[in-house]
Amino acid sequence: MRFVDEYRDADTARALAARITALCEPGRAYKFMEVCGGHTHTIYKHGLEDYLPQAVTLVHGPGCPVCVIPMGRVDDAIHIASQPDVIMTSFGDMMRVPGGTGSFLDAKARGADIRMVYSPLDALKIAKQNPSKRVVFMAIGFETTAPSTAMTVLRAKADGVDNFSVFCNHVTIIPAIKAILDSPDLRLDGFIGPGHVSTVIGCRPYRFIARDYRKPIVVAGFEPLDILQSVHQLLTQLAQDRCEVENQYARVVPWDGNPKALAAISEVMELRPHFEWRGLGFISQSALRMSAAYARHDAERIFRIPGGRVADPTSCQCGEVLKGVLKPWECKVFGTACTPETPIGTCMVSSEGACAAYYNFGRFSRERVKEATRQ
Amino acid sequence: MTGDTGLEEQVLERIERARRRKARVREEHITLAHGAGGKATHTLIEGVFLESFRNPALEPLEDGAVIDEMAFTTDSFVVTPLFFPGGDIGDLAVNGTINDLAMCGARPRYLSAGFILEEGFPIAHLRRIAASMAAAAEAAGVHIVTGDTKVVERGKADGCYVVTAGVGTLERPTRLSAAAAQPGDAVIVSGPIGEHGITIMLARGELDIQADLTSDTAPLNELTARLLDACADGDVRCLRDATRGGVATVLNEIAEASKAAIIVNEDIIPVRPDVRGACELLGIDPLYVACEGRMIAIVAQASAEAALTALHSHPLGREAAIVGRVNDDPPGLVLLKTAFGGTRIVDMLVGDPLPRIC
Repeated sequence: MRFVDEYRDADTARALAARITALCEPGRAYKFMEVCGGHTHTIYKHGLEDYLPQAVTLVHGPGCPVCVIPMGRVDDAIHIASQPDVIMTSFGDMMRVPGGTGSFLDAKARGADIRMVYSPLDALKIAKQNPSKRVVFMAIGFETTAPSTAMTVLRAKADGVDNFSVFCNHVTIIPAIKAILDSPDLRLDGFIGPGHVSTVIGCRPYRFIARDYRKPIVVAGFEPLDILQSVHQLLTQLAQDRCEVENQYARVVPWDGNPKALAAISEVMELRPHFEWRGLGFISQSALRMSAAYARHDAERIFRIPGGRVADPTSCQCGEVLKGVLKPWECKVFGTACTPETPIGTCMVSSEGACAAYYNFGRFSRERVKEATRQ
Repeated sequence: MTGDTGLEEQVLERIERARRRKARVREEHITLAHGAGGKATHTLIEGVFLESFRNPALEPLEDGAVIDEMAFTTDSFVVTPLFFPGGDIGDLAVNGTINDLAMCGARPRYLSAGFILEEGFPIAHLRRIAASMAAAAEAAGVHIVTGDTKVVERGKADGCYVVTAGVGTLERPTRLSAAAAQPGDAVIVSGPIGEHGITIMLARGELDIQADLTSDTAPLNELTARLLDACADGDVRCLRDATRGGVATVLNEIAEASKAAIIVNEDIIPVRPDVRGACELLGIDPLYVACEGRMIAIVAQASAEAALTALHSHPLGREAAIVGRVNDDPPGLVLLKTAFGGTRIVDMLVGDPLPRIC
């Protein structure tokens, strides 16, 4: 398939892997964090770690939007979905995320009208088709998905669709990266930057990582060769004693981002003073809410939400996994009490979550897998 | 990842032990995941139905039960939309039942058909469904010999549900079983995968994706007959049609039942470009997408080439391919050599990206 196979060529990967190995200083170990859940998924789906030398470890970061939603917000959304005449709409991977009182899937089984959509525009369509219902879109995601939520709200306003509202849970990536960098128990040598987020925010916002924290960052695409190449670029920077923001994904990411998308976000949304992240706790100015001018489409103002905080289960170590301090398998409940069928932590829910990806695609000794597949 | 490899190994062993524990249904309500054909379905079947009905004919949990010289199966169909490119709920029901019998190595003979109809359902639609059932039955040489009809109030069902049962005769000595795969056996897939699931998904019109795809729904009884004729007795170990949960789920069932590993090569598994494209866009792995006219055959290495030639001789098996092999280690796991050159585990489906596909 064109535009896909070129980025999955095994011969190119082998050549790149050899160059990566050559760049590693003997006796030195390298830890790079891929911030985005999409990267984690690619790494496992294609078995990319088979190409990396022992010295290079990839640490899975907090960039899975589903994984960072705190349980209290899920409960709030279920509360809204349980109100009379409400149709709750949500992306598919939100369906299984556990709150304190179960998931969307459980609420649906108990009778709530919760529908899976592929785009907020689908939710708007449902609102138009059901004028007597109150249709709420559960908005999640980083700057990647925030513009489409914002554009949909603008469309709803223009078309006068008053029965459409957004339960806004959009988060911003920079404060999360900063929280990770400030975490005392963390040792990272560099970052593989989130490609999709960067199509919107561009590469400039990452400069503080290189300047203030002296860590290289390479904004990367989502095909396996993109990731291998960005590892190569990171190692090259380290070998040359450089710390810079580089853009490996220039075919999609403009250095300055997408001004139109940013304008739509700032028209419809504003920064919250603080927001709770699952596993990471409260981070100031790390999330978006609907601005007052769009109160008519703001589910948080329309519905009285309980707004309760639910503490993460004590057995769950999602926070350490999100910060890259623990590998998924090092969590106490990984794979025994917490599995994709019965997730305790959100890292196990979404296929982009570090734990689910590891459980589904990597859960076995690499040596034994290599041995079995040798012939 | 240097010093902790041993520790990781221990953790992974502990997880494998946890996975081998008996299935327990923890949920209080049925969710859509219970109908998706993946892990939740298995847990439900083993935790509720097998517990209640346990008997030697049921216990192997094959596509049908083998009793004396007969195979017996049942299936229900709740697909939406009822009519889709390449078929409708009628021929899907007939073909699905025929295939379950064929996967037991039987010659399908007689079918029953039950209809649960919603008040207000157009008779014209019912005629159309009945006609396509008749055509499918005739094409496969089976007869629909008994049936039942129920009507429920408007809103209590989604138009039309079809429930079938089928019996077939076992005319060969070979007994097929998901537990019969042996190290060295070849893993064969009978044709391009995932067409039915993606067709249904696109036919719902919820996605603005257009593709020139039709469902692969087809009766596989002639194909299985040719395959069994071409191989030495006992060399065909297992046949499974890759319906809900797709090829990945079927391979997991076989690996688990046979306590063997199955190793498949991603770049040999036939997938049509349209299916691959849609899967790329939607973030779905074609290995988990349902087929309704494709099967997995586990065949002894000695008969593998003969099996492939036999499959190629039939229009439904023209693109059949040997996609992998059975290995002794690691037992119960399906491993994929990715086209990119890496390896990964292919687990059973959890949840379902494609509701009500059959």
